[in-house]
Amino acid sequence: MTQYVIRRLLIAIPSLLGISVILFTVLALAPGDPFEELATNPAIPPEVRLQLRASLGLDDPIHVRYIAWLTSMLRGEWGYSFVSRINVDQLILQRLPTTLIVIGTSQVVALLIALPVGVLAATRPYSLFDKIANTLAFIGFSLPTFFTGLLFILFFSIYLDWLPFVYRTQIEATGWRWFWEQVKQTIMPVMVLGLFQGAAWTRFVRSAVLDVIRLDYVTTARSKGLPERTVITKHVVRNALIPVVTLVALQMPVVFGGAIVTEQIFRVPGIGSLLITAILSNDTPVIMAVTFVFACLVVFFNLLADVIYGWLDPRISYR
Amino acid sequence: MNEQELWRLMRRVRDGKMSRRAFARRMAAFGITAPMATQLLTFAGVSPASAQSVPAYRPTRRGGGGHLKILYWQAATLLNPHFAVGTTNQDASRVFHEPLAGWAADGTLVPILAAEVPSIENKGVAEDGRSVTWKLKRNVKWHDGEQFSADDVLFNYEYAKNPQIAGTTSGSYRDVNVVKVDDFTVRVEFDKPTPFWADAFVGAVGLMIPKHLYKDYAGANAREAPANLRPVGTGAYRFVSFAPGDLLRGEAFADYHTENRPYFDTMEIKGGGDAVSAARAVLQTGDYDYAWNLQVEDQTLQRLEAAGRGRVNIVEGGSIEFIQLNATDPNREVDGERSHISTQHPAFRDPAVRQAMALLVDRQSIQNFIYGRTGPATPNFLNAPPRFRSPNMTMEFSVERANQLLDQAGWARGGDGIRAKDGVRLKFLYQTSINAPRQRTQQIIQQAARRAGIEIELKSVVASVFFSSDVGNPDTYGKFYADMQMYTTTMPQADPQRFMNQYVSWEVSQKANSWQGRNIVRWRNDEYDRAYRAAEGELDPVKRAALFIRMNDLIVGSNHVIPIVQRPLVSASLNNLRPVLSGWDTTMWLLRDWYRET
Repeated sequence: MTQYVIRRLLIAIPSLLGISVILFTVLALAPGDPFEELATNPAIPPEVRLQLRASLGLDDPIHVRYIAWLTSMLRGEWGYSFVSRINVDQLILQRLPTTLIVIGTSQVVALLIALPVGVLAATRPYSLFDKIANTLAFIGFSLPTFFTGLLFILFFSIYLDWLPFVYRTQIEATGWRWFWEQVKQTIMPVMVLGLFQGAAWTRFVRSAVLDVIRLDYVTTARSKGLPERTVITKHVVRNALIPVVTLVALQMPVVFGGAIVTEQIFRVPGIGSLLITAILSNDTPVIMAVTFVFACLVVFFNLLADVIYGWLDPRISYR
Repeated sequence: MNEQELWRLMRRVRDGKMSRRAFARRMAAFGITAPMATQLLTFAGVSPASAQSVPAYRPTRRGGGGHLKILYWQAATLLNPHFAVGTTNQDASRVFHEPLAGWAADGTLVPILAAEVPSIENKGVAEDGRSVTWKLKRNVKWHDGEQFSADDVLFNYEYAKNPQIAGTTSGSYRDVNVVKVDDFTVRVEFDKPTPFWADAFVGAVGLMIPKHLYKDYAGANAREAPANLRPVGTGAYRFVSFAPGDLLRGEAFADYHTENRPYFDTMEIKGGGDAVSAARAVLQTGDYDYAWNLQVEDQTLQRLEAAGRGRVNIVEGGSIEFIQLNATDPNREVDGERSHISTQHPAFRDPAVRQAMALLVDRQSIQNFIYGRTGPATPNFLNAPPRFRSPNMTMEFSVERANQLLDQAGWARGGDGIRAKDGVRLKFLYQTSINAPRQRTQQIIQQAARRAGIEIELKSVVASVFFSSDVGNPDTYGKFYADMQMYTTTMPQADPQRFMNQYVSWEVSQKANSWQGRNIVRWRNDEYDRAYRAAEGELDPVKRAALFIRMNDLIVGSNHVIPIVQRPLVSASLNNLRPVLSGWDTTMWLLRDWYRET
C-alpha cells in the first residue's frame, strides 16, 4: 500500500513537469501584455511600458523565463503578480476561505440532493417519483449556471428584493446578524452551483445504484429476509458508491479552483474570479500559479480516489 | 476685437469695474460662448465663483454620515499611486493620497494640499513661464500623525522620476526640476517657457506618498515597501483594509486638514462583476450608493433609471471615439515593416477618398442608435474644455455626395460594384477592438460604404491584444497593419498639449521606437508641427487656444482622422447622494466633499 502510494507520487513528478511546460509555453505564446491601459493613456511615456516589461522579465526568451519560474517555484516562491505587485501565494490565500465556503457548501448541497434522490429513484425505477426526479435533473444540468444565476438575481433580488446579489467579504455586524447576512448572500451562488452539480450527480447515482440493485447478491439478501432498508444501505449503496466516489473526488479540485462564471455574476471574490481577471489582464504569474495548483490537486485527488477504492471494496488490491 | 482690448476687458473684470455677466455679453457679441468667456477670465486671474467649479458642501460637521458603498466592476489591484496602471488603481489610491491640486469638472484647478492655486497675480507662476511656486497648507497631517511638508513633495518628485521604479507617473516629472524653497514652499522649474505648468503634483499623477515610510524603498526594492499595501496618506479617509481585486475599506480621518470633512464615517469600494449588474445594484435595488464607469447601452440605463431610486451622471471629458485612415501603405513591406513611413496609402492619398469616407460615417445615427447620452456625436477631435473647441468643423452624412466626389475624382465602379482607379480598388480592412458598440459602429459604416462602391472588410481584435505593447504581435493598434482603425483615446488633463502630440511628425509610430510613437495614423504636416511647437511655448492663453484649434482643424480637415462620438464619463448614484465628479481628474478626486442629503 505505502509502496503503491510512493510509486504513484513519483510518477506524478514528470507529469506535473510536463503540465507546467505546456501551461507556460501556451501562456508565453498568448499575445498581449498586462499594460493595455497604459497604452491608451497619453500621459504615460512609452518608455515606462518598455521599462516595466523589461523589469518583469517579459522580454526574455521563453526557456529563460521557464527556468526562472521553475527554480523559484521549487524554492516555494510562487511568483509575483504583474498587476497587483504582490506575491501570488498571498493573493491566492486571500481568496481561499471564500472559495472554500461558497464552493464547498455547494458541493455538500449537491451531494445532499444527489444521494437520497438518486438512490430513491433507483429503488423505484419508472415510478412517478423517478420520472419527476429525472425530468428535474435533466432541466437542472441543461441550464448553464450563468443563466440560472441571472434568473435567480432577477427573481430573488430584483423582483422580490429579498436577497443581495453582491457578495461582500466584510459584513459589519456580529453574532447572529452576521450569520444571517452571510447566509443571505451565500444562498444564491451556493444554490446555483449546488443544483447544477446535484442534478448531474443524481443521474449518476441513479444509474450506479440501478446497476447494482439487479445483481444476484441483492436478491439473496432480500430472500434472507433482511429488511429493505438494510439491503439498500448495507448491500446496495456501499457497492454502488465506488464510481460515485471517483466522480466526487475528481470534483474536489474544483472546490479549490472556484467557479469562474458564478463567482463573476455574484461578485464572489474566489479563486475563479481571480483566475478570470488574471487571464483578462494577462497576469501570467497568477494564471500560472492557479492553474498549476489546480493540476497538482487533480493529481492528488486522483490518487486519493484510488486509495478510497481499496477501503470501500476490499477486492481491489494494490500492487 | 484685438488681443489688447480683450486683456483690458479682462483686467476690468478682475478689478471689479465690470461684471462677469457684462463681460460674457461682450464676448458673445464676438462669437465667444459663455463657458469660453469664463475660461478666459480664469487666465486673467479672476477665479471663477466657487459654485461654478465645485458644488457647495452642506454638512456642518465631520462624520455622522454612516457608511458609503461604492461599486466598481473592475477591481483595484494596487494602492501605490506611482504604480497605478489604469483608472481603477488611480481612483483607489486617490481615496488615501492627495495631490497639491485637482481638476474640477469645468477644467479649472482646485487647491487640495496647496494653500492656493499659483497664478501670475499671486506670483506663483513666473512671468517668463519658467517656474511655478506652490505654497503648501501648513496644517496637513499624514494618517500616522506626521507633519506633511515640502520634503514630502520633493521626495515624490525624486521617487516618480527614478527609472528603477518605472513609475507610471514618471512622464510628468522627468523633464522638470523641483527645488525646496522652505518647509512649506516648493518650486517647479522648467528649462523652457511652459504655459502648461499644472502637470507635476496635480491630479492623478500628483498623489503624495509619505517620505518617512517610503525613503528606504525608493529604488529597485520599491515593490517591497509595506506601505504599498497599507497606504498612509493625507486623505479624508484613512486605510482600514484592502483585498486586491476585491474590496477596499476606509474610515474617516479625524485630523483631516479641511473642516467638516468627510461626511461619511466609513466607506468601501467593492470591485468585480460586470457593468450592467453594477448599474442594477445602484439604480434598481439601491444596494450601493455609486457605480463607476457604466459602459452600458443607454437604453438599458434609461430602463433602470425608471425605477426612480437613482440617477445616471454624465460628465464631459476629452475622450473621443474616432477612426484613423492610414496615411501609409499597410500592404507593402519596407525594411521588414509594414505601414512604413516612407510609403503612401494607395487610396487614402487621394483627398477625395478621405473626404468620401468622412461623409459615409453616419455619426448622428451612431449616437442615436448605439451610444445615446453616453456618446454625443462630434465633428472635432479636440472637444473639451470648451475653450479649445473649434467652431469650424462640421459633420455631414451623405452617400450621394460621397458618390459624387468619387465619380469626379475618377474612381469608377467595376463589374462587382466596387470602385477602382489605376488598378487600386477601394477595398479596405477596418480593425478595432472587440466591444459590442464598436462592432455595431463598424457595421453601420460598412453598409454606408457599400452604397458608395467601397468594400470594407471588418476585423475585431481582443482588447488586451489590440492595445498591448507586444512588439511581436501584428494586430496591435500601434502597428496599424490595416487601412482603417477605430478606438477611443483619452485626454488625461484639462490641457490639450499632450493630447495633441498624437499628430506631430516626431511621434510617428514605427519599428525604430518599437511602435510606441503616439502618431499612429502616421500623418505628417509641417504647419501642424509648427503650430504644436508654438503652443508648447506660447504663454498667452488666448493665442495658445487658437493654436490648438488650428491643429484640430488641420488634422480633422485632412480627413485622416474622423471623429465619431465623445465618450463622457457615465456613472450612477442614488438620488440622495451628492458626488462631486470631474472628467479631468479621477472619480475620487474630491471624495472628501461627497455627502448624502437627508
